[in-house]
Amino acid sequence: MKYVDEFRDPQLIRRTADEIRRLMEPGRHYRFMEVCGGHTHAIYRFGLEDLLPDSIELVHGPGCPVCVLPMGRVDDGLALAVEHGAIVTAFGDMMRVPGRRGSPLEHIARGADIRMVYSPLDALKLACDNPDRQVVFFAIGFETTAPSTALTLRRARSLGVPNLTVFSNHVTIIPAIRAILDSPDMRIDGFIGPGHVSTVIGCRPYEFVARDYGRPIVVSGFEPLDVLQGIVMILRQLREGRAEVENQYARVVPWEGNLPALQAMAETFELRPYFEWRGLGFISQSALGVSAAYADFDAERRFELPGVRVTDPKAAQCGEVLKGVLKPHRCKLFGRECTPEHPVGALMVSSEGACAAYYNFAHRRARLEEDAAPAPAAAAG
Amino acid sequence: MRSAGAVRFRDPQIEMAHGAGGKASRRLVEGLIAPLLGGPLLGPLMDAAVLELGAERVALTADAFVVRPLRFPGGSIGELAVNGTLNDLAMAAARPAALVVTLVLEAGLAASVLEAEVRAIAAAAERAGVGVVGGDTKVVEHGKADGMYITTTGLGIVDPRARLSPAAVRPGDRVLLSGPIGDHGITILLARGELDFEASLCSDTRPVLPFVERLLDVAADGLRWMRDPTRGGVASALNELAVDTRLGVGLLEEMIPLRDQVRGACELLGLDPLHIANEGQFLAVLAPEVADAALAAVRATPGGEAAALIGEIRTEPAGAVLSTAPYGGARIVDMLVGDPLPRIC
Amino acid sequence: MCLAIPGRIVEFAAEPSFAVVDVTGVRRKVNVDLLRPDGLAVDDWVLIHVGFAMSRISAEQAEEQLRLLTMLGEATLAAEEVEGYQFE
Ligand code: SF4
Repeated sequence: MKYVDEFRDPQLIRRTADEIRRLMEPGRHYRFMEVCGGHTHAIYRFGLEDLLPDSIELVHGPGCPVCVLPMGRVDDGLALAVEHGAIVTAFGDMMRVPGRRGSPLEHIARGADIRMVYSPLDALKLACDNPDRQVVFFAIGFETTAPSTALTLRRARSLGVPNLTVFSNHVTIIPAIRAILDSPDMRIDGFIGPGHVSTVIGCRPYEFVARDYGRPIVVSGFEPLDVLQGIVMILRQLREGRAEVENQYARVVPWEGNLPALQAMAETFELRPYFEWRGLGFISQSALGVSAAYADFDAERRFELPGVRVTDPKAAQCGEVLKGVLKPHRCKLFGRECTPEHPVGALMVSSEGACAAYYNFAHRRARLEEDAAPAPAAAAG
Repeated sequence: MRSAGAVRFRDPQIEMAHGAGGKASRRLVEGLIAPLLGGPLLGPLMDAAVLELGAERVALTADAFVVRPLRFPGGSIGELAVNGTLNDLAMAAARPAALVVTLVLEAGLAASVLEAEVRAIAAAAERAGVGVVGGDTKVVEHGKADGMYITTTGLGIVDPRARLSPAAVRPGDRVLLSGPIGDHGITILLARGELDFEASLCSDTRPVLPFVERLLDVAADGLRWMRDPTRGGVASALNELAVDTRLGVGLLEEMIPLRDQVRGACELLGLDPLHIANEGQFLAVLAPEVADAALAAVRATPGGEAAALIGEIRTEPAGAVLSTAPYGGARIVDMLVGDPLPRIC
Repeated sequence: MCLAIPGRIVEFAAEPSFAVVDVTGVRRKVNVDLLRPDGLAVDDWVLIHVGFAMSRISAEQAEEQLRLLTMLGEATLAAEEVEGYQFE
């Protein structure tokens, strides 16, 4: 596969890993946060931690749209199918996310009409094919995915489709990064910036990370070489005493982002004054609702929704894990009450979720290592 | 007298995942079905039961087939129903002696469709030289059976040379895979049309007995375990092996045969090819001294050219499958959880 | 946080907003409205996410990246020679 295989080249990967080792200051412990769940997935999928020295600790960030969605919003989406009889369409990622009375898959088993789509345009098509039914698109995602919902809204309006609405759960990444930087237990030396979100928003919005917080941030791609090169670039900045925004993923990410995408979002969405993030609480101006101009296509305006806040089970430590304060396997429920089959928190559902990634790809190894070395030198930053 | 074991199955209702061949399926079988039905004859949870009847070792298996669409590139439900059961027998090193076929038909099914499937059943059975000796037909209301469901029961005679047993699997044994993975599952996923993807892929449905016979010719004493990685894919089959033997399976990622198109579809949809269903492949664990001869024998059999030794049995990680990439990174490959769902994150 | 994969444009669909992309033999119609001002052409590579082309992949930038990575390896080797393999 072009633009994939070159960036998995074993020899270059080994060399880049060597370079990382060379750039490290002896005795220093580094904590880098990969903001994006795609990176978390890549790190475990490709076994990249095996290639890194122990003194580099990767902390998993909040960039997993499924993980940060509060349970109450899942319930609202399910209510559209159960109480309003709508066809609810959603990405495969949502299908196992637990609501209070079970996941979308469990609701399907009980007869709710919930369908998986690959693209929001498939929801539009479904609406055209079923003119006598209400069709709702359960939209999730950061700025990478929001433009596709935006263009779907535009199309729905130009085609005059009366029975499609969007239940928007789109969120924006910058306020989440800021929330992490502002959290008192923040001990992050540098950030691996989200690659695909940046194709839309570009690199400028991260400038405050370097300017106001003095942390390097390197927008990086998702292949093994991308992630490793991103780490090289962060280490170089630290070594040279710089804190800047750099773009490792220039083959895909234009510095300025994608203007048509930003325009489509500005037209179809408006910033919500505040929105609840699972684990991070309410964050102001961090989410996109359907704009007044597209009010007819807004599921929240068309349908009465329960809108009940659901607090997570007390023992669940999703918030700490999302903020990077706690390693997934240190959560009291990890691997016991909470497994990918019976997830308590959404971090255990999405393959981008730190807990699922850890469970699927790493935890047994982590456990083996702990067994082998009974006194793990807990990384004190 | 058989005494019923304790039912440990706690799921409140049956979900699609209980049929997907991953963890939920195993939980259902081990937690509810086996405890209540597991008499002295129901041995380890293998694809086919092997019974000693007089001097013969006889293999018995049954399989139900539900697939949408009924016809797909490379095959159809009728052909699948025969090959699937023959392959379960082959995994017990058994040559088929008789098949019984049960059809559950949905009212409204076109007679021409039924005829085509019965012809497909007959053709597949004839190709394998086995007769259909009985069966049953039921009709259910319109809207109840996706057109048709088929259940096939197969009876086979175990090759006397076979010494299969998970208990014989040792660290150092090699793992052989017969050919490229994921063709069937991805073909079906795309044939449903919901994803709007196009590819010139075909299901790999075929009988694997010819390969097994060649293995028995050259490596009968070192052939310890076989499994066809159908639902749940290679990952689930090898995880079951790891759990049952309390050993580890180490895979070399670059050795696993995979067609470009399957890889492309998996990358696009965020699926792991190791979780995708196959209908014409099998996995075998072989003693190291016979592994190369076994590989050569499978490769020399028509349709086995892409076979590969994809890994080995190890002591660690006990009960798990570890896949290592060419650059040294490794990951645990878990069993499939639920149905494989395309993802966007 | 978003799965996106490179694909090659093989043709433009009859509908103005769409093109057919190929990912190692798998094809799908994707919406290209987000890239239209760039003047897309057949054989261009684009990044695909949920049925939309998000960004055009720059062959020059990809080459440049690989060049840097290769050099970086050589720099490491050279440095190790100078430093007498102290990191071995
Ligand atoms: S293990 Fe489960 S409950 Fe604990 S943090 Fe992870 S998802 Fe949340």
